[in-house]
Amino acid sequence: MMAEGALSHVRVLDFTTQVAGPYCTKLLADYGADVIKVERPETGDTARGMGPFPEDIPHLEKSGLFLHLNTNKRSVTLDLKSKAGQKIARELASNADLVVESFRPGVMDRFGLGFGSLQASNPRLVMTSISNFGRTGPYRDYKSSDIMVYSMGGEMHSTGLEDREPVKLGANVVLYQAGSVAAVGSAGALFLSQDDGPGQHVDVSIMETQTGSVDRRMSALVAYQYTGELSIRVPFGASGYPIGIYPCADGYLEVTGGLNYLPRAVRTLGDPPELLEPRWYTPESQTDPELKDEFEAHFLSWTLERTKAEAWRAAQESGLLSAPLNNMEDLANDQHFIGRGAFAQFDHPVAGSLKYLGRPFVMSESPWEVRRPTPLLGQHNGEVLGELGYAAEDLVRLRAQGII
Amino acid sequence: MSKLPLEGIRVLEMTVVWAGPYCTSFLADLGAEVIRVESLASFAPITRGVRAHPTEAMLQSQPLFMGGYPNRQPGERPWNRCPVFNVHARNKLSMTLDLSQPAGMEIFKDLVKVSDVFVENNVVDRMDQLGIDYAMLKELKEDIVMLRMPAYGTSGPYREFRALGVHIEGVIGHTLLRGYTDMDPSCNTPVYMADAVGGSHGAFAVLAALHHRRRTGKGQYIELGQAENATPMMGQFFMDYTMNGRIAATMGNRHPTALQGCYRCKGDEGKGDEGKGDDRWVCITIENDEEWRSFSEAMGRPDWSGDPRFAHGLGRLEHHDEIDARISRWTEQMDNFEVMRVLQAAGVAAGPVMDQRDAYNDPHLRERGMFQEASQEDTGVHLYPRAPYTMSETPPDIRRGPVRLGEDNEYVYKNVLGYSDARYAELEAEGHISMDYPDHLE
Repeated sequence: MMAEGALSHVRVLDFTTQVAGPYCTKLLADYGADVIKVERPETGDTARGMGPFPEDIPHLEKSGLFLHLNTNKRSVTLDLKSKAGQKIARELASNADLVVESFRPGVMDRFGLGFGSLQASNPRLVMTSISNFGRTGPYRDYKSSDIMVYSMGGEMHSTGLEDREPVKLGANVVLYQAGSVAAVGSAGALFLSQDDGPGQHVDVSIMETQTGSVDRRMSALVAYQYTGELSIRVPFGASGYPIGIYPCADGYLEVTGGLNYLPRAVRTLGDPPELLEPRWYTPESQTDPELKDEFEAHFLSWTLERTKAEAWRAAQESGLLSAPLNNMEDLANDQHFIGRGAFAQFDHPVAGSLKYLGRPFVMSESPWEVRRPTPLLGQHNGEVLGELGYAAEDLVRLRAQGII
Repeated sequence: MSKLPLEGIRVLEMTVVWAGPYCTSFLADLGAEVIRVESLASFAPITRGVRAHPTEAMLQSQPLFMGGYPNRQPGERPWNRCPVFNVHARNKLSMTLDLSQPAGMEIFKDLVKVSDVFVENNVVDRMDQLGIDYAMLKELKEDIVMLRMPAYGTSGPYREFRALGVHIEGVIGHTLLRGYTDMDPSCNTPVYMADAVGGSHGAFAVLAALHHRRRTGKGQYIELGQAENATPMMGQFFMDYTMNGRIAATMGNRHPTALQGCYRCKGDEGKGDEGKGDDRWVCITIENDEEWRSFSEAMGRPDWSGDPRFAHGLGRLEHHDEIDARISRWTEQMDNFEVMRVLQAAGVAAGPVMDQRDAYNDPHLRERGMFQEASQEDTGVHLYPRAPYTMSETPPDIRRGPVRLGEDNEYVYKNVLGYSDARYAELEAEGHISMDYPDHLE
């Protein structure tokens, strides 16, 4: 018998779209929760319209982003603007332990699906609302985007070069982070509500997931409190050596080898006598620009003769903190990750069999698994509405009315 | 008010740098009793600071987030003053022991017997040397939940490889997906998103295991390889490779379908020491034709905005550079918060690049209580960012400031472990109990 997922006792009703919300409910679903994803009839989650698509041909069931973010969920379609759609949504919510939504603040209330009204019939309900700026405050109704979340909340101010514009992170990574934070708040609130505690409303502001992020922002904020100084934009390796990104024969090697770690870097180069001289190891040596240039000449001639993989392995043999700059091809073909089962392959009725990114972590007793592939739009209408007691002819009527 | 969600759960942690301590800060915010087990026998770099006893010159030369101790001074107890540590040390307890002595391990084992969760994120050989693994913990406490967060997991060719968050970013492919499009990747700023999601995923993992334990009575072992853990963020890029064999590169500040950029705004030099010079920027994203029209209106319809070349999405992407230059000429005349207000009123996504002062002064973050006052004896009273989300019944507030080394020794040894006063004095004399690292530690 297959072991049960850690959250297999949790029923989730999911009204989220795009990245942050679906990543939250993917985490819940992949670790066992029964997640019913409510989508708009005809078009579904807007991520179904975002690429990548095989051969760049748009198709509602083949969006790589959507396929990645919605494993293990069941999909039902509901027109939430219709009274009949709202009634079904309320029925589903009365059976749920958790509702997750990512509409703009106020939209769920307009649908009659606000926390207060859902909680009235389900006192232990937890609702998690994920929005750009949170459910309160002067920016509540502002529009946002991936870059803006990072610029207003995160450490974009110090990302890039001093004489140029600040530069953002890779597309959507801040939204994934927000989704994982929402999963923490949701699982925490459920831990209380399922122990005879109260239900409650968890408010996730995507902006705040960056303000409260350990990716430098929190530290920069506290350092400002401590010193009155503002952070500045500097590249990797602005001080010390060898610190930074160094070219190799076929790409780049990233190294953090200064200060206490200098002997490891020297060992990596085979302990050449000229780098063992005491002048490299004085308290001031790491901040001496001439010594830095001289050292880096040694280091570069070593990296340039090696591939990034060779250089990485040799550096690690000396305990030197380092990494190759991989691209997606390097990652997908990496024997370490393949050997550990970090990727998943599964079949999908329309998109076929594809390789996916797998589990973020391994649980010994309640494993991550793909119990069901990413759902087709409305694939579970019959099943889910049937569980509520709707008959086949009701579904025909609801479909004809455009409600499902 | 209700009890907190994790009240009654005791978490031991031997965590270093960022990902591990950030993970347990989520658990502490939710009410768990999180005890940092800190060995006085060694100093883990970049955890409670650059070094145990950094010089003032060293702090001056470090980036702000690392060297920004109060007034850039080491102070009497530097290990309680480093921002890199103090940001995640809220709501936690700290006890000390000396793991290089056999008695240190005995104390640790006694703690395991009365705990629910153990979290660590050291290099694999550190735990090997100490002899700590799941089998050992389970022997002591049958239903313990153990979370290990090594860089690459405890198996496979990279098992003992060393990494900070910034290296994990390189391995999973994030570093090549960010940075300027016209510059070499060696100009990239180090970022630590992998630490951030390592922390939140780790906390979620522990919560999931606690749910499972409550239902089944079973603890379990969780292994979070930090590199694997961060790969889900690469979703669309990875799928593009597996579907189409395409290898994505950085797009800088641009977007695949929207007009998007970061534009210079009017500086505020000359406004006294509050001035920030001309390093003022705003980000704008225009997704569709309707937003483009609203944007043109809000700019006061400059003559170029009606150019038919710019009327539709593909045309705007084709002429992105030209439009950017024109937008900059407009934003350069304006304050960046003013650009936000004007464009948001027109229904266009725009927001300033906020530095720290902007964040603390921001009316939105203030109204939402993002910053909370906390005090600590070695640093004073300051505002700290709270948890990155809120809850209506059990708000994850800062109930206690950043924990000082060994601050809770008495409570942990006497109340949690039940050791006698005499035993406590003995252990103190043997060098297990202190609020100071020994002077000989760098």
